[in-house]
Amino acid sequence: MRKVIVEKKILVANEEFANKNREFLTAKKLPCLNVISSPGSGKTTILAKTIEALKGKVRIGVIEGDIQTDIDARRIRKTGAPACQINTEGACHLSAAQVSFALHKLPVDTLDLIFIENVGNLVCPSALDLGETAKIAVLSTPEGDDKPAKYPAIFARAAVVLINKIDLLAAGDFNIEKAGADVFKINKKAKIFPVSAKTGQGMSAWCDWLEEMAAKKEIPA
Amino acid sequence: MHEAAIAQSLLDAILTEAQSQPGKPVAAKISCGAFSALNNEVLCFAFEAISKGTPCEGLKLDIEQKPIQAKCKKCGETFVFDLHRPVCTKCQCEEFELLPDAPLLLNEIEFDEK
Ligand SMILES: Nc1nc2c(ncn2[C@@H]2O[C@H](COP(=O)(O)OP(=O)(O)OP(=O)(O)O)[C@@H](O)[C@H]2O)c(=O)[nH]1
Ligand SMILES: [Mg+2]
Ligand SMILES: [Zn+2]
Repeated sequence: MRKVIVEKKILVANEEFANKNREFLTAKKLPCLNVISSPGSGKTTILAKTIEALKGKVRIGVIEGDIQTDIDARRIRKTGAPACQINTEGACHLSAAQVSFALHKLPVDTLDLIFIENVGNLVCPSALDLGETAKIAVLSTPEGDDKPAKYPAIFARAAVVLINKIDLLAAGDFNIEKAGADVFKINKKAKIFPVSAKTGQGMSAWCDWLEEMAAKKEIPA
Repeated sequence: MHEAAIAQSLLDAILTEAQSQPGKPVAAKISCGAFSALNNEVLCFAFEAISKGTPCEGLKLDIEQKPIQAKCKKCGETFVFDLHRPVCTKCQCEEFELLPDAPLLLNEIEFDEK
């Protein structure tokens, strides 16, 4: 038997594309937010409402990641914003190469901010670097307030945690204080915005944060 | 959930390395960060399935999950982050930063020279 020390990174290809994306976005002075959540937590609804709310203030483009179909990109385009749909054909997350492709399809020179809606999945997307400026986690109240404790990887890395569907709070047992406390335990810098994309409640604080981000080109303190 | 894709990248990496080495690759050590969302058993199962018929068939994978490290902002201590007790192990304060997750690495390969 002979041992050979290799010490080689396995995901080098993804890392190279992620670094390229980061360089590209920095050169274009474009903040890029990678939105991660379970399926159906309300990512597309939040993005569409956010685009409407920031019309005339922040020009937004969206990269839509889904396993199949271009339903979400079409929902975004209805708002007037440009969207590029990537179908991962079974893969549980977007790769940096797919994001690189989409960045070259979007009219980046006419944009102030880019959202990536990752494939609905709370686990895998948080492990893969896409070259984004920051990660945004969405947790909807029907999913339960134990998710930050159960899936710490995404909540530990997110710059913002949106707690969506607060219009349904009365019907369930989601405790915003508990979820928030669990996030802060692992991520002191997280901004938490309880929102309802449906009623618009809480959306202005989130939109103010985005406006600041688009103006400063970096994550607001 | 993305173990199948990782297994393929891993197989490619080992096969590439094996081209310049005599013997058959029989074991490999890899390591990854605890937040990389990899399940050891699923990865081994996926690797076994896709390596059939390649020089890596039957290769034994040893996967080390590296814990998340954190750095205290008050005393500077670097410590292993414990989800159930998220405080600095030296000064007990809660002001710390999580360090980047360990990358997915192919550490070593064992070759059978017979
Ligand atoms: N009650 C309520 N429903 C909401 C809210 N936001 C979104 N929804 C509903 O939740 C469902 C899923 O919303 P989507 O925006 O498609 O969720 P998504 O996260 O983009 O889903 P995937 O892309 O499939 O992962 C839809 O029926 C929305 O109308 C909210 O704030 N309150
Ligand atoms: Mg969607
Ligand atoms: Zn300390």
